[in-house]
Amino acid sequence: MQEQLKAILESAKQNIANASTKEDIEKIRVDYLGKKGQLTGILKSMGSLSKEERPIVGKIANEVRESIETMIADAAAAVKAAEKDVKIKEETLDVTVPGTQRKLGAKHPISVTIDEITKIFMSMGFSVADGPEVETVFNNFDGLNAPQNHPSRDLTDTFYIEDQENVLLRTQTSTVQIRTLLSQEPPIKIISPGRCFRCDTPDATHSPMFHQVEGLVVGEGITMADLKGTLDAFVKKLFGPETKTKLRPHHFPFTEPSAEVDVSCFKCGGKGCSVCKGSGWIEILGAGLVHPNVLKVGGIDTEKYSGFAFGMGVERVAMLKYEIDDIRLLYENDMRFIEQFK
Amino acid sequence: MLVPISWLNEYIDLKDIQLNEYCDRMIMSGSNIEEAYKVLSGIKGIVLGRAVKVEKHPDADKLFVIQVDVGTEVLQIITGADNVTEGAVVPVILHGGVLPDGRKIKKGKLRGLESNGMLCSPEELGCEDKVIPVTMRDGIWILEDLGFEMGADFAEKYQVEEDVVDFEITPNRPDCLCMIGMAREASAVFERPLKYPEIVINNEVDDIKDYIDVEIKRSDLCSRYVARAVKDVKVAPSPWWMQKRLMAAGVRPINNIVDITNYVMLEYGTPLHAFDINTVEGRKIIVDVAEEGEKFVTLDGAERILDKDSLLIKDAKKGIALAGIMGGLNSEIEDDTQTILIEAARFDPDGTRRTAKRLGMRTEASARFEKGVDANLCRTAADRVCQLVEMLGAGTVIKGAVDVYPEELKAVTTKVRTERVNGLLGIDLTTEDMKNIFEKLEIKVEAEGDVMTATPPTVRFDLLEEIDYVEEVARIYGYDNHPSTLPAGAEVAAKLPEREIEDLIKDKLMGMGLSEIQTYSFVSPRGVDKILVDENSYKRDFVKLINPLGEENSVMRTTLIPNMLEVLERNNARYIPKVEAFELGRLFLNAFKTPEGLPQEPKALSIGMYGKDCDFYGLKGVVESLLAELGIEGEEYKAEKEIKTFHPGRCASVSKDGELIGVFGEISSAVVEQYNLPERVYVAELDFEKLFALCDLEILYKPIPKYPAMDRDIALVVKDEVESGDIIKVIKENGGELLERVELFDIYKGKQVAEGCKSMAYSLRYRDLTKTLTDEEIAGPHKKILAALNEAFGASLREE
Repeated sequence: MQEQLKAILESAKQNIANASTKEDIEKIRVDYLGKKGQLTGILKSMGSLSKEERPIVGKIANEVRESIETMIADAAAAVKAAEKDVKIKEETLDVTVPGTQRKLGAKHPISVTIDEITKIFMSMGFSVADGPEVETVFNNFDGLNAPQNHPSRDLTDTFYIEDQENVLLRTQTSTVQIRTLLSQEPPIKIISPGRCFRCDTPDATHSPMFHQVEGLVVGEGITMADLKGTLDAFVKKLFGPETKTKLRPHHFPFTEPSAEVDVSCFKCGGKGCSVCKGSGWIEILGAGLVHPNVLKVGGIDTEKYSGFAFGMGVERVAMLKYEIDDIRLLYENDMRFIEQFK
Repeated sequence: MLVPISWLNEYIDLKDIQLNEYCDRMIMSGSNIEEAYKVLSGIKGIVLGRAVKVEKHPDADKLFVIQVDVGTEVLQIITGADNVTEGAVVPVILHGGVLPDGRKIKKGKLRGLESNGMLCSPEELGCEDKVIPVTMRDGIWILEDLGFEMGADFAEKYQVEEDVVDFEITPNRPDCLCMIGMAREASAVFERPLKYPEIVINNEVDDIKDYIDVEIKRSDLCSRYVARAVKDVKVAPSPWWMQKRLMAAGVRPINNIVDITNYVMLEYGTPLHAFDINTVEGRKIIVDVAEEGEKFVTLDGAERILDKDSLLIKDAKKGIALAGIMGGLNSEIEDDTQTILIEAARFDPDGTRRTAKRLGMRTEASARFEKGVDANLCRTAADRVCQLVEMLGAGTVIKGAVDVYPEELKAVTTKVRTERVNGLLGIDLTTEDMKNIFEKLEIKVEAEGDVMTATPPTVRFDLLEEIDYVEEVARIYGYDNHPSTLPAGAEVAAKLPEREIEDLIKDKLMGMGLSEIQTYSFVSPRGVDKILVDENSYKRDFVKLINPLGEENSVMRTTLIPNMLEVLERNNARYIPKVEAFELGRLFLNAFKTPEGLPQEPKALSIGMYGKDCDFYGLKGVVESLLAELGIEGEEYKAEKEIKTFHPGRCASVSKDGELIGVFGEISSAVVEQYNLPERVYVAELDFEKLFALCDLEILYKPIPKYPAMDRDIALVVKDEVESGDIIKVIKENGGELLERVELFDIYKGKQVAEGCKSMAYSLRYRDLTKTLTDEEIAGPHKKILAALNEAFGASLREE
């Protein structure tokens, strides 16, 4: 019987070594340890043994069973591990394949630019004001000290409204200056982004509708030096800390003294390139001290208060920043264009 | 304003200043520059030649055979130009020479005859057409014989190359529209003396009084009229030096008399006019307005119809010049003119502008009078013309001038406070510093302590108030020298609440995958026709432009839908398979006015989409999500069958408490056909003002329920036309406090459901916040709901 047990152990060893699946191992377990298994059969027949033989054979039989159990457990663990490996291998992904996209919309570049400009000025304490696009001649011209015969008032320059006297499409967001001066007391510190209209036939650089951001500061002791400092701080935030500002004297009816403001080219740093047309400078703004005649519209004491104003074209800033070479692209709304501004 | 630098140097010595430095400093002191360039540069190897013999080509009608003396030899050159006469001095390019445009000239044969070079036209040498003398426009450049040897270098001897600066003069500075004006600016910038022309006339004969009398009848329109006269006039080309300067300044040389008046105009800024005195009947000039409807033929041959506000220079019988705009054909200088009258006058800017504009005429003279001419310069300019006439041998100057000047133009004196100037500019100059700046600009200053009394030259019309002097200090001191500071004060910036919500809406929609578009505020009135807006809708009451660029931009938009459809159309035409877009912009409603009487400009939000996975419920989902993000709850959706823009079975309105927020749906096929659109297009238009008014962004925390909910699903069979919104309404009305939520989760039509009916499946959730619910507790409300549904819609519970 002892021989038999040894033989069972040997054959079990052999079979387990050959087993490669969970099913094989289960079969082996049943074959040897199951109710009708070989080992079970031997154990059942132990009754026929002598009193002396029984504990000895019993001990051996238990050892054999334990060995088989251990071998089966080990083999099962090995098979499980192998199967896990196979599964991992099967489930392995090509991680270089692109991910599933979550589509997000894009903001129109004009809005993106206005947002950026607004954010900078708000960080400098400017509030955002608004006004209508269909405006009075007073708010657009008279109140802004534009001479009665100024060519910009002509029908060839400004859109006028039918059946309404002295109503037009505003040609500049400076109209909000007048509205603000009429409705607020100093100190005033606002910007006003919005749409403007001029009789320009659309081409690569002209659009009959465009956007401006206007700024107005009125308070005690406001100076030209403050204007210079404010614009300098603004362009450094918009175009980078290396950006330099240059004010060139100019003439506008609503400011005096006035200036056109150039910034050092943010593409080439002032060395000269296609963006700045080789000059190293880019004109970006018009500005100046608010003309006393304009302040007087708001009933402001010009001996006590002074102010500065500035205005810039949003399209121009956007086109420079994104190197857009045709203004019409902005109003075609081709999704392949818009979706680049995320 | 073109300024040839060598001409400028007549009045101020800038010869040692580099062009770059000159330009930079002029720009930084307020004289903006469009461009600086060289005229007639790059002319090399062109020599002087004299035509010694001119013959017709024996075998070609249009060619001439010219024997040209070029110093070392006489060359035969064939030319097509017919303006070369024997003895003429011409620029010659020899065999192997190169023209400024790079063309190489070689000897060759023309119709059998040798041609050993080429005679050059002004154009070939780089002259702009507008400055080429008329006789040479299609011909060879006939040069004044300055006595140089033939064969000498043309460019060197005639000093043709010239630096020219094109200034952009702002409308407040008409004084800068002349050489002396620009020299005055340079004098202040470079701190060098200004030299005015020394006007001396050596020989004057007779007495002007015997030649002409002048009467101003309208001194409001003509504040000064100076007349001088010249007899024994010899009309001829003006000398090379004058022609060269005029050409560089962009003016075409005509003849000595016209050139002199143009020269003096460019020098002093004062327009001048010359009449043939023999055409002036009664030897009398009367400055008066025309008769209403009076006809007058101007120099250019056009007949003009005048009105009673048109200022006209008349003689005893007729009009002879349209004052300040253009002379009359009847008094034009001809080649045989003997005696001329020189007019130097000051015509009113507004009057000149009005007449010029009414007649659609804009001449060099009228442009200058419109901007303003200094009356105090009239006599000087007339004298300068006479001096040049004498210098050029163009005639004999008559002694004296008739000068009618009823009221002398006086400069406006202004008090300027040093402290005020410093205070506005943020600088710290002394009174003496400022006085220096003013005096460099020929402004007379008397300083008394801190207050200066400033008197500008009368040519400076722009110096009227203290602020104008602040500008003078700012620009001459230089912005580069101003400090850079930030305004004092600590204002807290605020956005308009509307803008906050606009930004929020944009962000949410972008988060849902929609992109923003921006379209024109002005549109075609046909847009509302194309989307089938009702005939009597307020959307057809447009704010119309008087002067639109075209029909497509002639009215202000009253709805964003046509703009959205156009954008979708454009993208579809460009084969973009899917678009999901929105626009947030203003409408312009003529039917509704603001208290100021302007049209109301409410903002609207449009959403548009087409392409894969776009459908009605997708669009509705965007609307619902947006409203939820804005904190708008309990909105109602209603089927809209009458809005022709939309599919009658796929359109809904959304409203809250009876207030319409907007409409959305599938665009009707009739509208789709109006555009190049895909079959299925989904559009919404919402009222931003309503969204803004209704939005509630305050978030209050609600406790997370501690006790479990009980879910009950029901499936109802109802008639097809029953709307889910109504079913949910009934469920909610009857559910009592325990009903927490109801959701539609399935709609089924098919085998088990009778024809004309549908099965609607809802999930109802009951919850008691204070304890765990039992079946018995919800049995009551659930039963009540089913009974109510049955009563309202005849709904039966579907058997699973």
